Amino acid sequence: MKIQVRYFASIREALGPGESLELPGAATVAQARDALIGRGGAHATALARGRALRSALDQALCDESAPLTDGAELAFFPPVTGG
Amino acid sequence: MAAPRVTIQAADFDLGAEVAALRAGDAGVGAVASFIGTVRDRNDGSAVSAMELEHYPGMTEKAIEAMVDAAFARFDIRAVRVIHRVGRLAPLDQVVLVAVSSAHRGAAFQACEFLMDYLKTQAPFWKKEQTPEGARWVDARVADDAALARWGIAAGNAGPAA
Repeated sequence: MKIQVRYFASIREALGPGESLELPGAATVAQARDALIGRGGAHATALARGRALRSALDQALCDESAPLTDGAELAFFPPVTGG
Repeated sequence: MAAPRVTIQAADFDLGAEVAALRAGDAGVGAVASFIGTVRDRNDGSAVSAMELEHYPGMTEKAIEAMVDAAFARFDIRAVRVIHRVGRLAPLDQVVLVAVSSAHRGAAFQACEFLMDYLKTQAPFWKKEQTPEGARWVDARVADDAALARWGIAAGNAGPAA
């Protein structure tokens, strides 16, 4: 399964605007995050467990238990601060 | 075609023009409540000389449209207008407008506050401030999550890390 990952705000500054990610078989948002953390380096730091991070699947806020589908758009970003 | 309910734009906006358009031709309106958020020159103990507002094009509009739907489901209101600016802003600049019309004032006041509480914690915007100590991303506030909780909605924004 291949998904598109997008980053915003401080995560975008660390990792760029986004990238594609190949996952073996069915996976959740949490497993995608873990796969990205597994790349090490800036990914391991920016997406580290314990950091406040929110996720959106196909442009809707989601829990990390959400299942991914092929071609999905998955975004990671810090807590929002608009208004 | 109906006027848009939600606009994300770099340009400034005019409250008077927006309120006039919001209630134009609707004699059932007896109340309009509006809120404008503006850029302060201080935050968290530092002077702020400018601010950069980033958003998630597409998702931001969808998220706020869903909030407007939620406001219509919850309150007896007649029309809503939300404008949020992005890009580089300076102290004194307007950032966000929420305006709501209704037959009676209670619903307009409440829906306006509901929409701002919702937007603060659920719409994908991020602020980066320029301060004498350098640029920094603004931290989300637990108080904003608490504001949304008053409406019975869990924000999950500034809360514990996952």
